[in-house]
Amino acid sequence: MSATVVRKRSALTKGQLPKFAPYIVLAAALIVGAAILALIGFNAFGWGIVSAILFAVGLVSWSGAVEGARKAKDKLATCLVVGAFLIALLPLISVIVTVLVNGIPGLITPGFLGTSMNGVTGAYDNKAVEEGAPVLGGIYHALLGTIQITLLATVISVPVGLLTSIYLVEYGNDRPLARAITFFVDVMTGIPSIVAGLFAAAFFFAIVGPGTKTGAVAAVALSVLMIPVVVRSSEEMLKIVPNELREASYALGVRKWRTITKVVIPTAISGIASGVTLAIARVIGETAPILVTAGFATTINNNVFGGWMASLPTFIYTQILNPTSPSNPAPSDQRAWGAALVLIILVMLLNLGARLIARLFAPKTGR
Amino acid sequence: MTTNSLTTSQGAGRAGDKVFSGAAMAAGCLILAVLFGVALFLVVQAIPALTAPAGDIQGGNGFFAYIAPIVVGTLIAAVIALVIATPVAIGVALFISHYAPRRLASGLGYVVDLLAAIPSVVYGAWGAAFLAKEISPAYDWLATYLGWIPIFEGPASATGKTILTAGIVLSVMVLPIITSLSREIFLQTPKLHEEAALALGATRWEMIKMAVLPFGRPGIISAIMLGLGRALGETMAVALVLSSGVLTASLIQSGNQTIAAEIALNFPEASGIKVNTLIAAGLVLFVITLGVNMIARWIITRHKEFSGAN
Repeated sequence: MSATVVRKRSALTKGQLPKFAPYIVLAAALIVGAAILALIGFNAFGWGIVSAILFAVGLVSWSGAVEGARKAKDKLATCLVVGAFLIALLPLISVIVTVLVNGIPGLITPGFLGTSMNGVTGAYDNKAVEEGAPVLGGIYHALLGTIQITLLATVISVPVGLLTSIYLVEYGNDRPLARAITFFVDVMTGIPSIVAGLFAAAFFFAIVGPGTKTGAVAAVALSVLMIPVVVRSSEEMLKIVPNELREASYALGVRKWRTITKVVIPTAISGIASGVTLAIARVIGETAPILVTAGFATTINNNVFGGWMASLPTFIYTQILNPTSPSNPAPSDQRAWGAALVLIILVMLLNLGARLIARLFAPKTGR
Repeated sequence: MTTNSLTTSQGAGRAGDKVFSGAAMAAGCLILAVLFGVALFLVVQAIPALTAPAGDIQGGNGFFAYIAPIVVGTLIAAVIALVIATPVAIGVALFISHYAPRRLASGLGYVVDLLAAIPSVVYGAWGAAFLAKEISPAYDWLATYLGWIPIFEGPASATGKTILTAGIVLSVMVLPIITSLSREIFLQTPKLHEEAALALGATRWEMIKMAVLPFGRPGIISAIMLGLGRALGETMAVALVLSSGVLTASLIQSGNQTIAAEIALNFPEASGIKVNTLIAAGLVLFVITLGVNMIARWIITRHKEFSGAN
């Protein structure tokens, strides 16, 4: 006796694609895509694009045939949204790969981090290309300049930004002045970086004298870009400090300024610190304002208030646009990509640092 | 008469309060002063360029003949960037807010934010060294098959260093701005609206079309405006990628120039009236971006009043 079990599809799932449908279509799309690409010359990028289009067309038309137009439209939207995300990843991956591939040879050149471009002329670069001599010169002066300029900009921006956010949150009470500051901080966020540089340049041209270009001018330019970021992030952080803490402090008879410095700021310090770190990460890569305010030097300059100063972004820019040896730009490119790698590592470290600070110093909540 | 010890001890504290609130207010006023100073110093330094005899300005036809083509070039580059970035950014924002698995969503958001963390000069170097080279065959194709459209008129640039490449690099740079703002708005869509749509049998896309997008429209528009502000003022991507020239209609030939790149390329070596001309150009850029950003903020605040989103 044999009993046959007939599996019936449930009425609820009738007229639907089976769960594994996307995988079948994906496999088919990959195979057909490879076949098409094999006819016109294979490359991985084209394969990905053709397969993705085939997948979307296949899945949507199958769904349209079985499930109807509405479900098919939903599938199409899903394909487009996921596709948009994958497209957005392409430049990110491409930039990181390009910088790594081109930057590592520069970075591992001996003396790259420890020497400046002082005395490195086109003749050395020609020799490096023609006779295989080592590529001379490094980014020490630019690294030093970036650190000095960014440090000075931070020293200017953090007190101003933090005090302003304290004013907005603790003293502002929606007064006209507070509203004006909020509005103009928003406006400041949108100032193009090159205009901030021009402002600092014009300011110092008028005060000190035409042609004044020092690290300090660049720091002022960067502060114009950094202050609004610091204000916005600190303001958000101060706002989320619970009012009960302030009231408890007032109830104990503590003065308002003591309450702010001893209760409010310590509670919000992790958020403020991570906001400041993110602001530093934002301005450390700015090129345009430094280009018009600090000039570009090839030597080490330890004085932020005098003389032209190099920085990593302007170093990258000048090495690419005006190679040290115009006939053999390869060594300059190598140095530029090495500097770009160092810059990206710096920015990523600052971003990571901001997240760590936010996590480590977060006030302990609960009991 | 004995003095109350409670009142005598307050002298120092009261002074501290005054100093502290005064410092806080002074810092706020300093910001207003700085912004006012930006405008003032730019105007003062720009005036000589506006009043100078036409022959002294580069090009020999006065300031407005000099600035007009690069304003148009700036707008072209920004429009290209937005046309490319907007649909992708809205897609990415929807993916992170409504499609990605909940556990992955914040990590994916961080990945997109990484795009914003990469310095602009690195994008410029990438665009010049990698993208321009890879994309120039596509320009050849466009010139051959779509050359009858004025914007794709050949012959295509052999190096690929065109305004279209610059626009593509700019679009990568504004993408994270539009994405993160739209994502915030999409996440604020009232859950009840979404669930009501789904309960009536709407598919996910219909739910998004009926509940999420109408709710987020003002937010999307202001996000695009803020992206436009960034694209207009971005310097390095254009300065490094574009091989500049006179204003041309074709997007795939070398030519065109933007204000920011013009300043960056010429300011370091400029002297005399040229400095004033470039500062005047910077002032024009400042006014354009200021207008764009103010409209964006205005849309946000107007919307905030009746929906609670910002």
